[in-house]
Amino acid sequence: MIVSFINAVIGYFTVLIYGSTGELLTEKSGNLNLGTPGIMCVGGSFSVLCGYFLRDMAAKGTIRLNAFTAIFLTLLATLIGSLLVTLIYAFLTISLKANQNVTGLAVTTFGTGLSNFIGAWVNSKAESGIMAFPEIADYYKVTLPFANKLGFFGDAFLASGFMTYLSLVIVFVLAFVIRKTRTGLNLRSVGENPATADSAGINVTKYRYLATCIGGMISGLGGLYFLMQYSDGGWNKNAILPFGWLSVAIVIFVVWKPVLGIIGSATFGALYALSNSITTIPPLTQQLFKLFPYIVTVLVLTISSMRKKRELQPPESLGLPYFREER
Amino acid sequence: MNSYLKSKRGSKTDPGQKYKTKHEPLIHITKRTSVSKMAHLGYTLIAIAVALVFCGLLVTAISGIDPIKVYVEMFKGTFGGEVTKLKSYHSVAILLAISLAVTPAFKMKFWNIGAEGQVLMGSLAATYVMLKFGPYLYESMLIALMFAAAILAGMIWGLIPAIFKAIWNTNETLYTLMMNYVATTIVGYFIMVTDKSGHNNLGIINERTQFGWLPRLFGKPYILNIIIIAVVTVIVYIYLKYSKQGYEISVVGESRNTAKYVGINVKKVIIRTMAISGAICGLTGILLVAGTPTPSMNPDLVGGQGFTAILVSWMAKFNPLTMVLVSFLIVFMRDGGAAATDALKIDASIGDVLTGIIIFAIIVCEFCISYKINFRGTKKGENK
Repeated sequence: MIVSFINAVIGYFTVLIYGSTGELLTEKSGNLNLGTPGIMCVGGSFSVLCGYFLRDMAAKGTIRLNAFTAIFLTLLATLIGSLLVTLIYAFLTISLKANQNVTGLAVTTFGTGLSNFIGAWVNSKAESGIMAFPEIADYYKVTLPFANKLGFFGDAFLASGFMTYLSLVIVFVLAFVIRKTRTGLNLRSVGENPATADSAGINVTKYRYLATCIGGMISGLGGLYFLMQYSDGGWNKNAILPFGWLSVAIVIFVVWKPVLGIIGSATFGALYALSNSITTIPPLTQQLFKLFPYIVTVLVLTISSMRKKRELQPPESLGLPYFREER
Repeated sequence: MNSYLKSKRGSKTDPGQKYKTKHEPLIHITKRTSVSKMAHLGYTLIAIAVALVFCGLLVTAISGIDPIKVYVEMFKGTFGGEVTKLKSYHSVAILLAISLAVTPAFKMKFWNIGAEGQVLMGSLAATYVMLKFGPYLYESMLIALMFAAAILAGMIWGLIPAIFKAIWNTNETLYTLMMNYVATTIVGYFIMVTDKSGHNNLGIINERTQFGWLPRLFGKPYILNIIIIAVVTVIVYIYLKYSKQGYEISVVGESRNTAKYVGINVKKVIIRTMAISGAICGLTGILLVAGTPTPSMNPDLVGGQGFTAILVSWMAKFNPLTMVLVSFLIVFMRDGGAAATDALKIDASIGDVLTGIIIFAIIVCEFCISYKINFRGTKKGENK
């Protein structure tokens, strides 16, 4: 029971850390991407679509299904899918200076619609109406070779595939880049005050595009991981969506600090597991666990704005388009 | 920056000329000063038409069905029969009401994306009164109490983020977004507590007694809702356009500093406007529960329309009358897409995809209207 609970927490943690880290990177550049839930959905659905073609080709013998092709191609499909949708958002908000809230919500509408459409199409190819790709998902579930020799610790904490470890690597690399490198300094200055950054010779457009697109692709991986971990690579309508909104919440919860994102995602993952995966908890208590992450986020947001401490604030130009001639 | 460079170019012809040819970017964007209303409308209509044609072709590419047939099916599914027509008018009215609710706040540049939660809290209050006081009060008193409770609940839910925004400048986008989920969960909790059967479903509220059901006008459902929302539309239009408070909202939206300078109490305006915004949401909440032929309550009652409403309000440029048309368009795309799926054998989610494409088209169109793109080599005089 404890083992399965910890497994569930780590699973949700991984989904959320990808989603929130991607969103965090985007927000650091001053773009509030409310399209993240949609992007995660599309990222996930593209992996299912890829899985379908992969199985088709493997049956015909044009491609051999092994660890490399299965993981590499689905991963690539997810990255491409999430990049395409993010590019819509990036182009409209950065180049065309559109309102970020409006564009983000439109991207989420579009993205959930598109992903459900793709998922339904793939599912319609199966006679039972549900298509799953366990042969691909199994590659994602391969654990570290020594994990099952470590008894309880291995079963509980090392039962997840490489995606969990990859997420941690991404977080630490990102934290290092943001905190310690010139690129990171430039990125933060673009998010805080683009006009100043611009006059210092930093290419605001380039930084915003890069941060938004890379952020979108990282978020998309969360969708992929959820499908591979929880439904054997099969599509469930709107299953990823709640994680998208939770990811947006986590970014506030961790006051825009990547490394704290690990704690934030673990906390939210644990609460989500308590309210969804553990059936022995009475339903009313489950509802309270569901409520808790949002209440805490609201409190963090309120308290950080009341204390007016500089390092706890959102990037100053978050949500605002930058038009050089308007300053 | 640009004007500075230009003046320099003007004064020193020779080096300026050299500078220009070397460093002028390939694409250079300037703001247009003014566009006539008719031209604006014309461009927008063209953009919508292009998007609709594109959507039709897209559906054809996927399903291989004649695009005209697709739109005929969509129309049949929304405004075809007598019953579906009334239902669609009601959907339009509800979407319109939520859009109206977010508009005053939106105009003030207060990004209230919490309409979903505010409507839901209104519905919850109405449901609670219906269940709790149904048997003890006269029908008219009960309904009055329901309206009061719903409007108050929506208002409170809108006021919480507004107060924090006004006093501590808390980021309202994120705050209202979170409040949505708090509301959803509270509704879930309420249903679990109220419904002892364990199905997490209240069913039809007061089914036997019909306590608190809003009256049917002319023997038809939905008519009362549509009339109420029509009245609200006119009131909001007048309020925003002709009242002093409406003017204050625009000033605060344009520039907070200007507002302070002319002596407008910005904090008061923010709180007051969000109270109105929340109140309209709460009103929509009760209509959504008690105004339907089968009053029921569930956490998914609003179904994401709080977000759609923001798109509607923005697409209509905050004009309540234009919002009516935009709501029609969105309901046609959303419900029509879903209705056509049976006939065409494609998934209902195509409706969301089409809605997304239309909004993207309008965003691009808005950009082309308010900015001018100059390519390298455009003559100087054309810039403004």
